[in-house]
Amino acid sequence: MASPALIKVENLSRFYQNHRAINHLSFTLNAGEVLGFLGPNGAGKSTTMQIITGNLAPSEGQVTINGFDIIEEPREAKAQIGYLPEHPPVYRDASVDEYLTYCAKLRRVARSDIPQALAQVKQSCALDEVGHRLIGNLSKGFQQRVGIAQAIIHNPPVVILDEPTVGLDPIQIREIRNLIKSLGEDRSVILSTHILSEVQATCDRVQIIREGELIYNAPIEALNHAKETCLTIAMKRPPSIETLQQLDHIVRVEAKDNQRFHLFFDSNSPAETVVQQSVAGDWGLFEMVPDQQSLEDLFIELTHHHPEEAEGVDE
Amino acid sequence: MIFTIARHELRTMFLSPLAWVILGVMQMLLGYMFLAQIDSFFMLQPQLINLQNTPGVTDIVVAPMFQLSAIILLMVMPLITMRSIAEEKRNGTLSLLISSPLSMTEIVLGKFLGLFGFVVILVSLLMLMPLSLYSGTALDFGKLFSIFIAMLLLLGSFAAIGLYLSSLTENQTIAAVSTFGALLMLWMIDWLGDTVEDGQTVVAYLSLLRHHQSLLEGVFNTGDVAYYLLLIIAFLVLTVRQLDRERLL
Repeated sequence: MASPALIKVENLSRFYQNHRAINHLSFTLNAGEVLGFLGPNGAGKSTTMQIITGNLAPSEGQVTINGFDIIEEPREAKAQIGYLPEHPPVYRDASVDEYLTYCAKLRRVARSDIPQALAQVKQSCALDEVGHRLIGNLSKGFQQRVGIAQAIIHNPPVVILDEPTVGLDPIQIREIRNLIKSLGEDRSVILSTHILSEVQATCDRVQIIREGELIYNAPIEALNHAKETCLTIAMKRPPSIETLQQLDHIVRVEAKDNQRFHLFFDSNSPAETVVQQSVAGDWGLFEMVPDQQSLEDLFIELTHHHPEEAEGVDE
Repeated sequence: MIFTIARHELRTMFLSPLAWVILGVMQMLLGYMFLAQIDSFFMLQPQLINLQNTPGVTDIVVAPMFQLSAIILLMVMPLITMRSIAEEKRNGTLSLLISSPLSMTEIVLGKFLGLFGFVVILVSLLMLMPLSLYSGTALDFGKLFSIFIAMLLLLGSFAAIGLYLSSLTENQTIAAVSTFGALLMLWMIDWLGDTVEDGQTVVAYLSLLRHHQSLLEGVFNTGDVAYYLLLIIAFLVLTVRQLDRERLL
Protein backbone atom coordinates (compact mmCIF):
# COMPACT_ATOMS: atom_id res chain seq x y z
CA MET A 1 0.00 0.00 0.00
CA ALA A 2 2.98 2.25 -0.45
CA SER A 3 1.72 3.96 -3.56
CA PRO A 4 -1.06 6.45 -2.90
CA ALA A 5 -3.18 5.40 -5.91
CA LEU A 6 -4.49 1.90 -5.24
CA ILE A 7 -6.48 1.67 -8.41
CA LYS A 8 -5.50 3.48 -11.53
CA VAL A 9 -7.82 3.42 -14.49
CA GLU A 10 -6.37 4.95 -17.60
CA ASN A 11 -8.18 5.75 -20.79
CA LEU A 12 -10.55 2.82 -20.44
CA SER A 13 -12.95 2.01 -23.28
CA ARG A 14 -15.27 -0.89 -23.73
CA PHE A 15 -17.47 -1.86 -26.66
CA TYR A 16 -20.39 -4.26 -26.78
CA GLN A 17 -20.45 -4.99 -30.48
CA ASN A 18 -20.73 -1.45 -31.87
CA HIS A 19 -22.13 0.10 -28.76
CA ARG A 20 -19.62 2.04 -26.71
CA ALA A 21 -20.40 1.37 -23.03
CA ILE A 22 -17.34 3.12 -21.63
CA ASN A 23 -15.61 5.97 -23.34
CA HIS A 24 -12.02 6.89 -22.40
CA LEU A 25 -12.62 6.71 -18.68
CA SER A 26 -9.75 7.62 -16.37
CA PHE A 27 -9.74 7.88 -12.60
CA THR A 28 -7.80 6.83 -9.54
CA LEU A 29 -8.72 5.47 -6.15
CA ASN A 30 -6.49 6.52 -3.30
CA ALA A 31 -5.67 4.47 -0.23
CA GLY A 32 -8.24 4.81 2.54
CA GLU A 33 -10.84 6.44 0.36
CA VAL A 34 -14.51 5.57 -0.12
CA LEU A 35 -15.40 6.44 -3.69
CA GLY A 36 -19.02 6.74 -4.71
CA PHE A 37 -19.67 5.79 -8.29
CA LEU A 38 -22.91 7.41 -9.44
CA GLY A 39 -24.77 7.25 -12.67
CA PRO A 40 -28.13 6.51 -14.19
CA ASN A 41 -28.94 2.90 -15.06
CA GLY A 42 -26.87 1.76 -17.99
CA ALA A 43 -24.24 4.47 -17.64
CA GLY A 44 -21.44 1.90 -17.48
CA LYS A 45 -20.97 1.55 -13.72
CA SER A 46 -21.22 -2.23 -13.61
CA THR A 47 -19.14 -2.61 -16.75
CA THR A 48 -16.36 -0.51 -15.24
CA MET A 49 -16.41 -2.60 -12.08
CA GLN A 50 -16.39 -5.84 -14.03
CA ILE A 51 -13.34 -4.66 -15.93
CA ILE A 52 -11.53 -3.61 -12.77
CA THR A 53 -12.16 -7.04 -11.25
CA GLY A 54 -11.13 -8.94 -14.38
CA ASN A 55 -14.60 -10.26 -15.23
CA LEU A 56 -14.56 -8.41 -18.52
CA ALA A 57 -11.65 -7.47 -20.72
CA PRO A 58 -11.29 -3.82 -21.70
CA SER A 59 -11.39 -2.91 -25.39
CA GLU A 60 -8.82 -0.18 -24.81
CA GLY A 61 -6.96 1.24 -21.87
CA GLN A 62 -5.31 -0.05 -18.75
CA VAL A 63 -6.26 -0.89 -15.18
CA THR A 64 -3.61 -1.26 -12.50
CA ILE A 65 -4.41 -2.39 -8.98
CA ASN A 66 -1.77 -1.66 -6.38
CA GLY A 67 0.78 -1.62 -9.20
CA PHE A 68 -0.38 -4.88 -10.86
CA ASP A 69 -1.91 -4.76 -14.30
CA ILE A 70 -5.19 -6.69 -14.41
CA ILE A 71 -4.43 -8.13 -17.83
CA GLU A 72 -0.69 -8.77 -17.48
CA GLU A 73 -0.63 -10.02 -13.90
CA PRO A 74 -4.23 -11.01 -13.17
CA ARG A 75 -3.45 -13.26 -10.25
CA GLU A 76 -1.55 -10.65 -8.25
CA ALA A 77 -4.03 -7.94 -9.19
CA LYS A 78 -7.06 -10.01 -8.23
CA ALA A 79 -5.52 -10.85 -4.88
CA GLN A 80 -5.76 -7.14 -4.04
CA ILE A 81 -9.51 -6.85 -4.48
CA GLY A 82 -12.72 -8.09 -2.99
CA TYR A 83 -15.70 -7.84 -5.30
CA LEU A 84 -19.42 -7.97 -4.67
CA PRO A 85 -21.22 -8.11 -8.04
CA GLU A 86 -24.74 -6.85 -8.53
CA HIS A 87 -26.14 -10.24 -7.60
CA PRO A 88 -24.25 -11.73 -4.68
CA PRO A 89 -22.38 -14.78 -6.03
CA VAL A 90 -23.59 -17.20 -3.37
CA TYR A 91 -24.25 -20.94 -3.61
CA ARG A 92 -27.78 -21.31 -2.35
CA ASP A 93 -27.35 -24.89 -1.20
CA ALA A 94 -24.24 -24.26 0.91
CA SER A 95 -24.30 -23.05 4.50
CA VAL A 96 -22.80 -19.67 5.32
CA ASP A 97 -19.78 -21.24 7.04
CA GLU A 98 -19.10 -23.67 4.21
CA TYR A 99 -19.44 -20.96 1.61
CA LEU A 100 -17.15 -18.49 3.34
CA THR A 101 -14.56 -21.20 4.01
CA TYR A 102 -14.59 -22.09 0.32
CA CYS A 103 -14.17 -18.41 -0.60
CA ALA A 104 -11.25 -18.07 1.81
CA LYS A 105 -9.56 -21.07 0.20
CA LEU A 106 -10.14 -19.65 -3.27
CA ARG A 107 -8.49 -16.42 -2.16
CA ARG A 108 -5.50 -18.38 -0.89
CA VAL A 109 -5.96 -17.62 2.78
CA ALA A 110 -3.58 -19.95 4.63
CA ARG A 111 -5.41 -23.01 5.94
CA SER A 112 -4.46 -22.28 9.54
CA ASP A 113 -5.76 -18.70 9.31
CA ILE A 114 -9.17 -19.62 7.92
CA PRO A 115 -11.03 -20.18 11.23
CA GLN A 116 -9.88 -16.79 12.47
CA ALA A 117 -10.71 -15.00 9.21
CA LEU A 118 -14.12 -16.66 9.21
CA ALA A 119 -14.88 -15.61 12.79
CA GLN A 120 -13.72 -12.07 12.14
CA VAL A 121 -15.69 -11.59 8.96
CA LYS A 122 -18.83 -13.09 10.48
CA GLN A 123 -18.55 -10.71 13.36
CA SER A 124 -18.09 -7.60 11.24
CA CYS A 125 -20.96 -8.56 8.92
CA ALA A 126 -23.21 -9.67 11.82
CA LEU A 127 -23.51 -13.22 10.50
CA ASP A 128 -22.70 -15.01 13.76
CA GLU A 129 -26.17 -16.41 14.25
CA VAL A 130 -26.69 -17.79 10.76
CA GLY A 131 -23.35 -19.59 10.25
CA HIS A 132 -24.92 -23.04 9.97
CA ARG A 133 -27.94 -22.03 7.88
CA LEU A 134 -28.27 -22.57 4.17
CA ILE A 135 -27.75 -19.38 2.19
CA GLY A 136 -30.81 -20.07 0.03
CA ASN A 137 -33.03 -19.89 3.13
CA LEU A 138 -31.69 -16.54 4.30
CA SER A 139 -33.38 -13.22 3.65
CA LYS A 140 -32.10 -10.91 0.92
CA GLY A 141 -30.40 -8.69 3.47
CA PHE A 142 -28.48 -11.58 4.95
CA GLN A 143 -27.53 -12.86 1.50
CA GLN A 144 -26.21 -9.41 0.69
CA ARG A 145 -24.17 -9.46 3.88
CA VAL A 146 -22.80 -12.88 2.99
CA GLY A 147 -21.84 -11.34 -0.34
CA ILE A 148 -19.97 -8.55 1.42
CA ALA A 149 -18.35 -11.03 3.83
CA GLN A 150 -17.13 -13.01 0.81
CA ALA A 151 -15.54 -9.84 -0.58
CA ILE A 152 -13.55 -9.03 2.57
CA ILE A 153 -12.63 -12.45 3.96
CA HIS A 154 -9.10 -12.31 2.53
CA ASN A 155 -8.61 -8.81 3.91
CA PRO A 156 -8.02 -7.08 0.56
CA PRO A 157 -6.84 -3.47 0.38
CA VAL A 158 -9.62 -2.63 -2.09
CA VAL A 159 -13.27 -3.58 -1.84
CA ILE A 160 -15.57 -3.07 -4.83
CA LEU A 161 -19.29 -3.14 -4.16
CA ASP A 162 -21.80 -2.99 -7.00
CA GLU A 163 -25.13 -1.65 -5.76
CA PRO A 164 -24.91 -3.28 -2.34
CA THR A 165 -28.22 -1.97 -1.01
CA VAL A 166 -30.55 -2.82 -3.88
CA GLY A 167 -33.71 -4.57 -2.73
CA LEU A 168 -33.14 -4.11 0.98
CA ASP A 169 -35.50 -2.62 3.54
CA PRO A 170 -34.62 0.69 5.21
CA ILE A 171 -33.22 -0.93 8.35
CA GLN A 172 -31.05 -3.28 6.36
CA ILE A 173 -29.89 -0.38 4.20
CA ARG A 174 -28.77 1.47 7.29
CA GLU A 175 -26.92 -1.61 8.56
CA ILE A 176 -25.15 -2.13 5.25
CA ARG A 177 -24.19 1.55 5.17
CA ASN A 178 -22.67 1.31 8.61
CA LEU A 179 -20.80 -1.77 7.50
CA ILE A 180 -19.48 0.07 4.44
CA LYS A 181 -18.41 3.00 6.59
CA SER A 182 -16.50 0.68 8.90
CA LEU A 183 -14.89 -0.97 5.87
CA GLY A 184 -13.74 2.46 4.75
CA GLU A 185 -11.79 2.93 7.96
CA ASP A 186 -8.97 0.62 7.00
CA ARG A 187 -9.58 -0.10 3.31
CA SER A 188 -10.37 1.63 0.07
CA VAL A 189 -13.88 1.10 -1.19
CA ILE A 190 -15.56 1.72 -4.53
CA LEU A 191 -19.31 1.81 -4.18
CA SER A 192 -21.60 1.99 -7.15
CA THR A 193 -25.16 3.05 -6.69
CA HIS A 194 -27.90 5.22 -8.05
CA ILE A 195 -29.15 6.14 -4.60
CA LEU A 196 -27.86 9.62 -3.91
CA SER A 197 -28.35 9.75 -0.16
CA GLU A 198 -26.25 6.63 0.09
CA VAL A 199 -23.30 8.42 -1.42
CA GLN A 200 -23.81 11.40 0.83
CA ALA A 201 -23.97 9.11 3.85
CA THR A 202 -20.93 6.94 3.16
CA CYS A 203 -18.50 8.35 0.63
CA ASP A 204 -15.45 10.61 0.70
CA ARG A 205 -15.52 11.37 -2.98
CA VAL A 206 -18.16 11.25 -5.72
CA GLN A 207 -17.82 10.42 -9.37
CA ILE A 208 -20.72 10.75 -11.74
CA ILE A 209 -20.60 8.88 -15.00
CA ARG A 210 -22.90 9.24 -17.95
CA GLU A 211 -22.80 7.23 -21.17
CA GLY A 212 -19.45 5.85 -20.16
CA GLU A 213 -17.85 9.24 -19.59
CA LEU A 214 -16.76 10.78 -16.34
CA ILE A 215 -18.64 14.05 -15.98
CA TYR A 216 -18.12 14.93 -12.34
CA ASN A 217 -15.44 14.12 -9.82
CA ALA A 218 -15.14 15.92 -6.50
CA PRO A 219 -14.75 15.31 -2.77
CA ILE A 220 -18.04 15.01 -0.91
CA GLU A 221 -17.24 18.10 1.21
CA ALA A 222 -17.48 20.21 -1.90
CA LEU A 223 -21.02 19.00 -2.31
CA ASN A 224 -21.91 19.53 1.32
CA HIS A 225 -20.53 22.99 1.00
CA ALA A 226 -22.52 23.65 -2.13
CA LYS A 227 -25.54 22.41 -0.27
CA GLU A 228 -25.44 25.36 2.10
CA THR A 229 -25.58 28.08 -0.48
CA CYS A 230 -29.33 28.04 -0.72
CA LEU A 231 -31.93 28.68 1.95
CA THR A 232 -35.65 28.39 1.37
CA ILE A 233 -37.86 30.60 3.54
CA ALA A 234 -41.62 30.98 3.77
CA MET A 235 -43.43 34.02 5.21
CA LYS A 236 -47.07 34.92 5.77
CA ARG A 237 -46.54 38.59 4.94
CA PRO A 238 -43.47 38.66 2.73
CA PRO A 239 -41.66 41.89 1.96
CA SER A 240 -40.67 42.80 -1.58
CA ILE A 241 -37.88 40.88 -3.29
CA GLU A 242 -35.74 44.01 -3.27
CA THR A 243 -35.90 44.14 0.54
CA LEU A 244 -34.70 40.55 0.76
CA GLN A 245 -31.98 41.21 -1.76
CA GLN A 246 -30.53 43.95 0.39
CA LEU A 247 -29.95 41.65 3.37
CA ASP A 248 -26.36 40.73 4.28
CA HIS A 249 -24.62 37.95 2.30
CA ILE A 250 -27.48 37.48 -0.15
CA VAL A 251 -26.33 36.95 -3.72
CA ARG A 252 -29.63 36.30 -5.44
CA VAL A 253 -33.30 35.83 -4.56
CA GLU A 254 -35.82 33.70 -6.43
CA ALA A 255 -39.52 33.72 -5.69
CA LYS A 256 -40.96 30.18 -5.63
CA ASP A 257 -44.56 31.30 -5.05
CA ASN A 258 -46.27 34.17 -3.18
CA GLN A 259 -44.91 33.13 0.19
CA ARG A 260 -41.78 31.10 -0.53
CA PHE A 261 -38.38 32.39 -1.62
CA HIS A 262 -35.02 30.79 -2.39
CA LEU A 263 -32.18 32.85 -0.96
CA PHE A 264 -28.79 32.16 -2.55
CA PHE A 265 -25.90 33.39 -0.44
CA ASP A 266 -22.11 33.46 -0.38
CA SER A 267 -20.03 31.77 2.32
CA ASN A 268 -22.01 33.02 5.35
CA SER A 269 -25.55 31.91 6.08
CA PRO A 270 -28.04 34.80 6.35
CA ALA A 271 -30.34 32.76 8.61
CA GLU A 272 -29.81 34.91 11.67
CA THR A 273 -30.35 38.18 9.82
CA VAL A 274 -33.49 36.83 8.19
CA VAL A 275 -34.99 35.90 11.56
CA GLN A 276 -34.13 39.29 13.08
CA GLN A 277 -35.51 41.21 10.12
CA SER A 278 -38.65 39.07 10.10
CA VAL A 279 -39.38 39.94 13.71
CA ALA A 280 -38.59 43.59 13.19
CA GLY A 281 -40.64 43.86 9.98
CA ASP A 282 -43.48 41.50 11.08
CA TRP A 283 -43.02 39.24 8.01
CA GLY A 284 -44.55 36.22 9.75
CA LEU A 285 -41.67 33.79 9.05
CA PHE A 286 -42.97 30.23 9.50
CA GLU A 287 -40.50 28.05 7.61
CA MET A 288 -36.77 28.08 6.95
CA VAL A 289 -35.12 25.10 5.22
CA PRO A 290 -31.49 24.79 4.12
CA ASP A 291 -31.52 23.20 0.66
CA GLN A 292 -30.79 19.44 0.94
CA GLN A 293 -31.33 18.52 -2.66
CA SER A 294 -28.23 19.78 -4.31
CA LEU A 295 -26.61 16.37 -5.00
CA GLU A 296 -29.84 15.34 -6.61
CA ASP A 297 -30.00 18.63 -8.49
CA LEU A 298 -26.43 18.20 -9.57
CA PHE A 299 -27.07 14.62 -10.61
CA ILE A 300 -30.14 15.49 -12.60
CA GLU A 301 -28.53 18.52 -14.12
CA LEU A 302 -25.50 16.50 -15.18
CA THR A 303 -27.21 13.36 -16.35
CA HIS A 304 -30.53 14.48 -17.70
CA HIS A 305 -29.50 16.33 -20.83
CA HIS A 306 -30.01 13.19 -22.83
CA PRO A 307 -33.27 11.55 -21.88
CA GLU A 308 -32.79 8.78 -24.46
CA GLU A 309 -29.80 7.39 -22.60
CA ALA A 310 -31.89 6.05 -19.74
CA GLU A 311 -32.33 2.71 -21.53
CA GLY A 312 -30.45 -0.30 -20.13
CA VAL A 313 -27.05 -0.98 -21.55
CA ASP A 314 -25.59 -3.39 -19.02
CA GLU A 315 -24.44 -6.48 -20.88
CA MET B 1 -6.30 -24.72 -5.53
CA ILE B 2 -7.50 -27.02 -8.32
CA PHE B 3 -8.39 -29.60 -5.69
CA THR B 4 -10.30 -27.03 -3.64
CA ILE B 5 -12.57 -26.40 -6.62
CA ALA B 6 -12.77 -30.11 -7.45
CA ARG B 7 -13.80 -31.00 -3.90
CA HIS B 8 -16.41 -28.24 -3.91
CA GLU B 9 -17.79 -29.50 -7.23
CA LEU B 10 -18.05 -33.04 -6.01
CA ARG B 11 -19.72 -31.95 -2.77
CA THR B 12 -22.24 -29.78 -4.62
CA MET B 13 -23.06 -32.73 -6.88
CA PHE B 14 -24.00 -34.86 -3.90
CA LEU B 15 -26.00 -32.07 -2.27
CA SER B 16 -28.65 -32.48 -4.92
CA PRO B 17 -30.44 -35.81 -5.21
CA LEU B 18 -29.45 -36.13 -8.88
CA ALA B 19 -26.06 -37.74 -8.23
CA TRP B 20 -27.55 -40.23 -5.77
CA VAL B 21 -30.38 -41.10 -8.11
CA ILE B 22 -27.98 -41.67 -10.99
CA LEU B 23 -25.77 -43.93 -8.89
CA GLY B 24 -28.82 -45.85 -7.69
CA VAL B 25 -30.37 -46.29 -11.11
CA MET B 26 -27.06 -47.39 -12.62
CA GLN B 27 -26.61 -50.00 -9.90
CA MET B 28 -30.11 -51.30 -10.44
CA LEU B 29 -29.90 -51.56 -14.23
CA LEU B 30 -26.44 -53.09 -14.26
CA GLY B 31 -27.28 -55.37 -11.37
CA TYR B 32 -30.02 -56.86 -13.48
CA MET B 33 -27.73 -57.06 -16.49
CA PHE B 34 -25.07 -58.73 -14.34
CA LEU B 35 -27.58 -61.30 -13.17
CA ALA B 36 -28.68 -62.02 -16.73
CA GLN B 37 -25.07 -62.43 -17.87
CA ILE B 38 -24.27 -64.83 -15.05
CA ASP B 39 -27.34 -66.80 -15.93
CA SER B 40 -26.26 -67.11 -19.54
CA PHE B 41 -22.76 -68.06 -18.37
CA PHE B 42 -24.25 -71.05 -16.55
CA MET B 43 -26.07 -72.02 -19.72
CA LEU B 44 -22.89 -71.79 -21.75
CA GLN B 45 -20.65 -73.51 -19.21
CA PRO B 46 -21.20 -77.11 -20.44
CA GLN B 47 -20.23 -76.16 -23.99
CA LEU B 48 -17.21 -74.20 -22.88
CA ILE B 49 -15.64 -77.20 -21.25
CA ASN B 50 -15.05 -78.86 -24.62
CA LEU B 51 -13.41 -75.81 -26.20
CA GLN B 52 -9.78 -74.95 -26.23
CA ASN B 53 -8.73 -71.46 -25.17
CA THR B 54 -12.12 -70.81 -23.64
CA PRO B 55 -13.29 -67.32 -22.76
CA GLY B 56 -13.53 -66.88 -18.96
CA VAL B 57 -16.03 -65.26 -16.67
CA THR B 58 -14.43 -61.89 -17.23
CA ASP B 59 -15.02 -62.08 -20.97
CA ILE B 60 -18.53 -63.44 -20.87
CA VAL B 61 -19.97 -61.59 -17.90
CA VAL B 62 -17.96 -58.48 -17.19
CA ALA B 63 -17.07 -57.11 -20.63
CA PRO B 64 -20.66 -57.09 -22.02
CA MET B 65 -21.93 -55.58 -18.80
CA PHE B 66 -19.58 -52.64 -19.09
CA GLN B 67 -20.30 -52.28 -22.75
CA LEU B 68 -23.95 -51.80 -21.87
CA SER B 69 -23.05 -49.45 -19.02
CA ALA B 70 -21.10 -47.31 -21.48
CA ILE B 71 -24.23 -46.87 -23.59
CA ILE B 72 -26.40 -46.05 -20.57
CA LEU B 73 -23.80 -43.61 -19.29
CA LEU B 74 -23.75 -41.91 -22.66
CA MET B 75 -27.27 -40.83 -21.84
CA VAL B 76 -26.60 -40.17 -18.18
CA MET B 77 -23.33 -38.23 -18.26
CA PRO B 78 -24.88 -35.15 -19.94
CA LEU B 79 -27.13 -34.86 -16.88
CA ILE B 80 -24.09 -34.76 -14.63
CA THR B 81 -22.03 -32.35 -16.71
CA MET B 82 -24.82 -29.96 -17.74
CA ARG B 83 -24.82 -27.89 -14.60
CA SER B 84 -21.08 -27.54 -14.05
CA ILE B 85 -20.54 -24.20 -15.79
CA ALA B 86 -23.99 -23.29 -17.13
CA GLU B 87 -25.47 -23.11 -13.63
CA GLU B 88 -22.68 -20.91 -12.34
CA LYS B 89 -23.19 -18.58 -15.24
CA ARG B 90 -26.91 -18.33 -14.67
CA ASN B 91 -26.58 -17.77 -10.92
CA GLY B 92 -23.75 -15.29 -11.38
CA THR B 93 -21.44 -17.36 -9.19
CA LEU B 94 -18.89 -17.72 -11.97
CA SER B 95 -17.70 -14.21 -11.16
CA LEU B 96 -16.74 -15.47 -7.70
CA LEU B 97 -14.24 -17.80 -9.35
CA ILE B 98 -13.15 -15.30 -11.99
CA SER B 99 -12.50 -12.46 -9.55
CA SER B 100 -10.53 -14.77 -7.28
CA PRO B 101 -6.79 -15.00 -7.87
CA LEU B 102 -7.09 -18.09 -10.08
CA SER B 103 -6.21 -18.73 -13.69
CA MET B 104 -8.90 -19.94 -16.08
CA THR B 105 -6.96 -23.19 -16.46
CA GLU B 106 -7.16 -23.82 -12.74
CA ILE B 107 -10.91 -23.19 -12.75
CA VAL B 108 -11.51 -25.54 -15.68
CA LEU B 109 -9.19 -28.25 -14.35
CA GLY B 110 -10.89 -28.00 -10.96
CA LYS B 111 -14.29 -28.42 -12.56
CA PHE B 112 -13.10 -31.35 -14.64
CA LEU B 113 -11.48 -33.11 -11.71
CA GLY B 114 -14.71 -32.71 -9.75
CA LEU B 115 -16.58 -34.45 -12.54
CA PHE B 116 -13.86 -37.05 -12.84
CA GLY B 117 -14.15 -37.73 -9.11
CA PHE B 118 -17.78 -38.60 -9.67
CA VAL B 119 -16.79 -40.87 -12.58
CA VAL B 120 -14.32 -42.71 -10.36
CA ILE B 121 -16.98 -43.23 -7.69
CA LEU B 122 -19.46 -44.45 -10.28
CA VAL B 123 -17.12 -46.90 -11.99
CA SER B 124 -15.75 -48.19 -8.67
CA LEU B 125 -19.26 -48.95 -7.47
CA LEU B 126 -20.01 -50.80 -10.70
CA MET B 127 -16.73 -52.71 -10.35
CA LEU B 128 -17.88 -54.14 -7.04
CA MET B 129 -20.32 -56.45 -8.84
CA PRO B 130 -17.72 -58.40 -10.89
CA LEU B 131 -15.39 -58.36 -7.89
CA SER B 132 -18.04 -60.19 -5.89
CA LEU B 133 -17.55 -63.14 -8.23
CA TYR B 134 -14.06 -63.53 -6.78
CA SER B 135 -15.55 -65.36 -3.83
CA GLY B 136 -16.67 -68.20 -6.12
CA THR B 137 -14.32 -68.27 -9.09
CA ALA B 138 -11.03 -67.08 -10.51
CA LEU B 139 -10.98 -63.64 -12.17
CA ASP B 140 -8.68 -62.18 -14.75
CA PHE B 141 -7.50 -59.12 -12.84
CA GLY B 142 -5.47 -57.84 -15.78
CA LYS B 143 -8.60 -57.66 -17.87
CA LEU B 144 -10.61 -56.16 -15.03
CA PHE B 145 -8.00 -53.46 -14.68
CA SER B 146 -8.07 -52.81 -18.40
CA ILE B 147 -11.87 -52.49 -18.24
CA PHE B 148 -11.59 -50.13 -15.29
CA ILE B 149 -9.13 -47.90 -17.18
CA ALA B 150 -11.31 -48.10 -20.30
CA MET B 151 -14.34 -46.87 -18.38
CA LEU B 152 -12.42 -44.05 -16.70
CA LEU B 153 -11.02 -42.85 -20.02
CA LEU B 154 -14.35 -43.10 -21.80
CA LEU B 155 -16.31 -41.32 -19.07
CA GLY B 156 -13.48 -38.81 -18.66
CA SER B 157 -13.86 -37.86 -22.29
CA PHE B 158 -17.66 -37.69 -21.87
CA ALA B 159 -17.05 -35.32 -18.97
CA ALA B 160 -14.64 -33.12 -20.92
CA ILE B 161 -17.05 -32.81 -23.85
CA GLY B 162 -19.93 -32.09 -21.48
CA LEU B 163 -17.91 -29.48 -19.62
CA TYR B 164 -17.12 -27.66 -22.85
CA LEU B 165 -20.72 -27.64 -24.02
CA SER B 166 -21.81 -26.49 -20.58
CA SER B 167 -19.46 -23.52 -20.90
CA LEU B 168 -21.19 -22.42 -24.10
CA THR B 169 -24.59 -21.71 -22.58
CA GLU B 170 -26.42 -20.51 -19.51
CA ASN B 171 -29.16 -23.04 -20.06
CA GLN B 172 -28.62 -26.46 -18.51
CA THR B 173 -31.10 -28.22 -20.76
CA ILE B 174 -29.35 -26.97 -23.87
CA ALA B 175 -26.03 -28.09 -22.42
CA ALA B 176 -27.44 -31.56 -21.71
CA VAL B 177 -29.08 -32.03 -25.09
CA SER B 178 -26.08 -30.84 -27.07
CA THR B 179 -23.74 -33.01 -25.00
CA PHE B 180 -25.96 -36.01 -25.63
CA GLY B 181 -25.98 -35.24 -29.35
CA ALA B 182 -22.20 -34.83 -29.50
CA LEU B 183 -21.55 -38.06 -27.59
CA LEU B 184 -23.99 -40.06 -29.66
CA MET B 185 -22.46 -38.69 -32.84
CA LEU B 186 -18.96 -39.68 -31.74
CA TRP B 187 -20.31 -43.07 -30.76
CA MET B 188 -21.93 -43.93 -34.07
CA ILE B 189 -19.63 -42.04 -36.39
CA ASP B 190 -17.98 -45.24 -37.62
CA TRP B 191 -21.25 -46.68 -38.89
CA LEU B 192 -20.41 -44.74 -41.99
CA GLY B 193 -17.06 -46.49 -42.19
CA ASP B 194 -18.57 -49.60 -43.71
CA THR B 195 -20.17 -47.81 -46.63
CA VAL B 196 -17.66 -45.11 -47.48
CA GLU B 197 -14.44 -46.32 -49.01
CA ASP B 198 -11.17 -44.76 -47.85
CA GLY B 199 -13.12 -42.93 -45.14
CA GLN B 200 -13.05 -46.04 -43.04
CA THR B 201 -9.79 -45.42 -41.24
CA VAL B 202 -10.43 -41.79 -40.40
CA VAL B 203 -14.03 -42.26 -39.34
CA ALA B 204 -13.23 -45.34 -37.37
CA TYR B 205 -10.39 -43.58 -35.64
CA LEU B 206 -12.70 -40.84 -34.45
CA SER B 207 -15.22 -43.25 -33.01
CA LEU B 208 -15.44 -43.48 -29.24
CA LEU B 209 -16.80 -47.01 -29.61
CA ARG B 210 -13.90 -48.57 -31.52
CA HIS B 211 -11.28 -47.52 -29.01
CA HIS B 212 -13.49 -48.56 -26.14
CA GLN B 213 -14.11 -52.00 -27.60
CA SER B 214 -10.50 -53.05 -27.76
CA LEU B 215 -9.79 -51.84 -24.24
CA LEU B 216 -12.78 -53.82 -22.96
CA GLU B 217 -11.33 -56.90 -24.59
CA GLY B 218 -8.19 -56.38 -22.59
CA VAL B 219 -6.06 -55.09 -25.46
CA PHE B 220 -4.20 -52.21 -23.89
CA ASN B 221 -3.20 -50.24 -26.97
CA THR B 222 -1.29 -47.01 -26.47
CA GLY B 223 -3.11 -45.54 -29.46
CA ASP B 224 -6.48 -46.01 -27.79
CA VAL B 225 -5.33 -44.45 -24.54
CA ALA B 226 -3.76 -41.56 -26.42
CA TYR B 227 -7.04 -41.03 -28.29
CA TYR B 228 -8.96 -40.51 -25.07
CA LEU B 229 -6.27 -38.38 -23.46
CA LEU B 230 -6.07 -36.17 -26.55
CA LEU B 231 -9.85 -35.84 -26.63
CA ILE B 232 -9.95 -34.81 -22.97
CA ILE B 233 -7.10 -32.31 -23.34
CA ALA B 234 -8.60 -30.83 -26.51
CA PHE B 235 -11.98 -30.17 -24.92
CA LEU B 236 -10.45 -28.78 -21.73
CA VAL B 237 -8.37 -26.35 -23.79
CA LEU B 238 -11.50 -25.37 -25.71
CA THR B 239 -13.32 -24.72 -22.44
CA VAL B 240 -10.52 -22.49 -21.14
CA ARG B 241 -10.53 -20.58 -24.40
CA GLN B 242 -14.29 -20.22 -24.37
CA LEU B 243 -14.32 -18.77 -20.86
CA ASP B 244 -11.47 -16.43 -21.74
CA ARG B 245 -13.24 -15.34 -24.89
CA GLU B 246 -16.44 -14.51 -23.04
CA ARG B 247 -14.72 -11.71 -21.21
CA LEU B 248 -14.18 -10.02 -24.54
CA LEU B 249 -17.77 -10.17 -25.74
